[in-house]
Amino acid sequence: MNFDPINIALSSVLILLGTALIAPLFRKNQKFMITFSFILAAIASLLAVAAGVVTVEGALVEKMVLPIGLPDLPFHLRLDALAGFFLTVVGLLSLFVSIFSIGYVKGFLGHRSVTSLVIFYCLFIAGMLSVVLADDALCFLVSWEIMAGASYFLVIFENEKADNRKAALLYLVVAHIGAIAILLAFGILAGIASGGSFSGYTFDAMRQANIPPHWATAAFALSFFGFSAKAGVIPLHAWLPEAHPAAPSNVSALMSGVMLKTAIYGIVRITFDIIHVFPWWWGAIVLTLGLISTVMGVLYALMQHDLKRLLAYHSVENIGIILIGIGLSMIFISFKLPLLAALGLLAGLYHTMNHAIFKGLLFMGAGAVLHATGERNMEEMGGLIHKMPWTAAMFLVGCLSISALPPFNGFVSEWLTFQAFLLSPSLPNNLMKLLIPLGAAILALSGALAAACFVKAFGVTFLGHWRGHHKPHHLHEVDWTMRSGMLLAGLTCLGLGVLPTMFINWIDNIAQQLVGSTLSLSATQYGWMWLTPISYERASYSGFIVFIGILVVVAATYLLLHVKPGAIRRSAIWDCGFEKLTNRMQYNATSFAQPIRRIFGFLFSIRERVEQVPHAGHKAFPKKLHYYLSVRDRIWKWLYKPVIEASFWISRQAGRLQQGHIQTYLIYSFITILVLLLFLR
Amino acid sequence: MDISLETAARITSFIAALVLITSFAMLAQKRIYGLIHLFAWQGLFLALNTAVVGYIADKHHLFISSLLTLGLKVFLLPYILYVLIKRLNIRKDVETIVNMPTTMLIGIGLVIFSYHLTAPVRELSTLMTRSTLTIALATVMIGLLMMITRRNAVTQIIGFLAMENGLFFTATSATYGMPLVVELGVALDVLIAAFIFGIFFFHISTTFDSLDVGQMARLKEDEMNE
Amino acid sequence: MNINPYIIEFLQVAVVIGLAPAFVGWIRMLKCWFQGRTTAGLFQPYRDLRKLFSKEIVLAHNASWIFRFTPYLLFGTAVLAGAIIPILSIDLPLAATADVIVLIALFAIARFFLALAGMDIGTAFGGMGSSREMMIASLAEPAMLMAIFTVSLANKSTSLAEIVQVINSGQMMLRPSLAFAFIAFILITLAETGRIPVDNPATHLELTMIHEAMILEYSGRHLALVEWASMMKLYLFVSLAIAVFTPWGIAVKGSLAGLPAAIGFMIAKLGIAGLIIVLIETGLAKMRIFRVPDFLGVAFLMATLGMLSFFILD
Repeated sequence: MNFDPINIALSSVLILLGTALIAPLFRKNQKFMITFSFILAAIASLLAVAAGVVTVEGALVEKMVLPIGLPDLPFHLRLDALAGFFLTVVGLLSLFVSIFSIGYVKGFLGHRSVTSLVIFYCLFIAGMLSVVLADDALCFLVSWEIMAGASYFLVIFENEKADNRKAALLYLVVAHIGAIAILLAFGILAGIASGGSFSGYTFDAMRQANIPPHWATAAFALSFFGFSAKAGVIPLHAWLPEAHPAAPSNVSALMSGVMLKTAIYGIVRITFDIIHVFPWWWGAIVLTLGLISTVMGVLYALMQHDLKRLLAYHSVENIGIILIGIGLSMIFISFKLPLLAALGLLAGLYHTMNHAIFKGLLFMGAGAVLHATGERNMEEMGGLIHKMPWTAAMFLVGCLSISALPPFNGFVSEWLTFQAFLLSPSLPNNLMKLLIPLGAAILALSGALAAACFVKAFGVTFLGHWRGHHKPHHLHEVDWTMRSGMLLAGLTCLGLGVLPTMFINWIDNIAQQLVGSTLSLSATQYGWMWLTPISYERASYSGFIVFIGILVVVAATYLLLHVKPGAIRRSAIWDCGFEKLTNRMQYNATSFAQPIRRIFGFLFSIRERVEQVPHAGHKAFPKKLHYYLSVRDRIWKWLYKPVIEASFWISRQAGRLQQGHIQTYLIYSFITILVLLLFLR
Repeated sequence: MDISLETAARITSFIAALVLITSFAMLAQKRIYGLIHLFAWQGLFLALNTAVVGYIADKHHLFISSLLTLGLKVFLLPYILYVLIKRLNIRKDVETIVNMPTTMLIGIGLVIFSYHLTAPVRELSTLMTRSTLTIALATVMIGLLMMITRRNAVTQIIGFLAMENGLFFTATSATYGMPLVVELGVALDVLIAAFIFGIFFFHISTTFDSLDVGQMARLKEDEMNE
Repeated sequence: MNINPYIIEFLQVAVVIGLAPAFVGWIRMLKCWFQGRTTAGLFQPYRDLRKLFSKEIVLAHNASWIFRFTPYLLFGTAVLAGAIIPILSIDLPLAATADVIVLIALFAIARFFLALAGMDIGTAFGGMGSSREMMIASLAEPAMLMAIFTVSLANKSTSLAEIVQVINSGQMMLRPSLAFAFIAFILITLAETGRIPVDNPATHLELTMIHEAMILEYSGRHLALVEWASMMKLYLFVSLAIAVFTPWGIAVKGSLAGLPAAIGFMIAKLGIAGLIIVLIETGLAKMRIFRVPDFLGVAFLMATLGMLSFFILD
């Protein structure tokens, strides 16, 4: 066997499939099964990373035909720079999460069997990797279904809770509506590409086909709908905040971190690669939906007090940011501005990588908290930084990254997106010139709101005092495997933030292959320290100097002030001299978001209710006050409810066909056959 | 004194910016006297703009219409409104139907829309004032927006007058002003309209004890209620 | 004769660190004069800082490392920003580290940690301050970006050195778009640096404060660093406004002759900026917290009108 990247990638998928097969054999010894299979998963992920890195680095395009599949319709695999990049994204996070899982999944021992978790975990990663590798519609859809099916079983893992079952069902329904749309899109493309024979199902045939504009638009609309449903783009996001928190945290990390990215991969693959010639308004649609998802995602997130739901809503936001970059790129490329298109595309892809890593990190952190406290509700937490210093520090790194603060990675990609926005005046269309800058303002708003949200998430979870009624007795730091999973992700966040030029140089080949222009000539011409996306005069950023600069000044100040170490006296909280401060008086998740909830309240349907328990003496001194708050998603009422009701209505109508008599059913079959024969005459 | 066309265009666009800012300030203003002051300021900028255009384009009748604007819109009409408010003793705060940030966003949308609308004219026109045309049109639309979003009849008339300002501005920037006769006629119309409004308000307020135009719905013969 | 740019860089950082308290002292002096009070002098902030540095730190039992690290970080980011904004000269070796957007993000990282520090002790006041601070920051951000957008349209750059260079070379007089952006920037500066009408820097009434509420639990040298950093932040925002909108008089290429003039211009402009701030602060009352969105809405409107008028009028 030779060491071509595509062989390595294939072997990675095979290892995962093999692990899924072998794991049940050890189900008697669960502890061993966990260690064994997650280590194998980590190795497979590492192989995928290696294959991806080499492919992107060398701008290779490798193909392979597998002798499996339907008769005469074998599976085609292809590894180009884009596939290699997503292979790396999936592999890298799977590597960290697999290490984390060794410790995390052991937390379930004694409660339930984790065999199914292990099997579907491996299948899930294998599915994601093969989605990226697929080079024909058949292989793509089969992999897509493996991925969706495996993740369904992972969401329903803790199936004793009714909420989880409901979430999983919703997820399954939306995923399949999306899959149907994607299938139809491929159907259109393949139908035009093959012209009578079955050969058009490969992506190669579709690329070469001359697709009429209206059919291309139909295919784009269907596939974008399908992929949006997977990515959780608003208004198709409703399943996401239900399903992601329901899954075990290591799976949530993968779902939010990389499964959503396969949808991004699909969008880029279909628009940039397969259809590759499109009008500007496709880009405008992608951009608009991206902006809506960004700002609504973060606002929904702010209203949450369940840590994992909050993170899930932030996935909606970040998918929006990625789509903004891609949408801008699509607009630029349809106006024949390849350099700017490259900037937008790379900003989007950079954010894809960043979001995978920091969202994975944050979900791992949430998992560690859940592992230690058994709590997901932030209102019941607080002060964990003292008991779980490692988790707190790593979670903080994740918070800083997702809030787009330098010198971490989230900032670089948002900065690049802003630069792409700032270049929109070079578009020839007058209306776009005036409207696109407003999009930049929306992105700025959501960036700042994200910072507010993560001050809340970190502050309420890790700082202050324990807010709940009953403090758990044995709060403890998590074990070393979980810590090292988080640590690796944290270091990656920092590395991607401090050395953006290296990363840009690396992913530049994707832009070369897809939009025919590179950024590296201008972006990195002043050396590895300076990132100058278009030109030095235009804008420049040095994450390295920001990082080192802050470190040096902080260290210098600290040292200067400690020449004569002044006394530090520990004492009780001052609090302006008030006494009797209790833990329940702290700001919590709900109160922290109150100002923002009030300002943006018109976007939600909010119900507030205060109940008084009257005091025996006088009405003015109630004994207790109960405060109820419910924040609901308006889109649920406006979009989903009618659809659900309509589908129930249709099923009731269809139900009338069901008479229960075997003769009636035979008549149905007979009529069907007659009609079919008439058509096929 | 010789001013280059370039500089003149700069000056007119700066004045246009000031007109735009007064339009938005009127949208944002929450006190009725402040609104009148802003209206007066807008008139002043318009007069200034007309004078500048008249000087550059060498159209002397524009000086007359500039003076007319100055007298009518900066002094007379605000004074009439001022007296009206005093006499009728109405509430000093502006009641809005739509909240301020939303109104602002709609205003921004209107500016973008009028930019889109005037694009063909801008390409054909060779006048140095062509770039201010967008703002002139936007002023008209914002005046209308003000009439729509305000509850009180006095604020509505200010919206109406602001709209007229916009039309006047449009005429100046699109064709260096209408013929003097037309402008005199329009000025007279506006003045008369203001008087009629004044008499009207007086009757409305004596009939309903309020200048809330929502009350006028009661004038409708509604058989269900009778 | 030219000076090594590194020396100017060093000098500038020293100026920022050294003069920031004097600038705050100047504002307080002016304010006293306007309100008919006797002043404590230009150097009172220095005396306050010295006093705080010599005091011991009283730390709550449950203060974590975040609480202790934040003052140093605030100071660190302020110093770094001071090395980036062209205050004395355009030719700074570190100027390319950050464009305007990165600079704003540097302040954002300081704010992020300050808000966390506010929540660390677990008092109601701290949480309230953090919550409000983040709300105001979120709403100021789009206005800020719009103002930057307008400036970058006019200069075709977001790099500070480049902006200063373009505006300094003339041809930028009387542009409505920049005037709009300038007004927006002033409003944002008031919000971001916690001045009246958004926050009251002198208040000690718990329910009206934002910045003060977050730093209530600080004492000793921690408090000194926090105070000093916030003075520097005010100084830097004003310097940023000067650099972006009125950079005239700045030293162009590290010439020795240009430097004293640059310092003179800077002091004069800061004096005027102080006057403007005091005029606004004495003229306006502090707003209710839920009026602040309207205030920042106006800032956003101004910045957007600036952007639009660039396309429409320029």
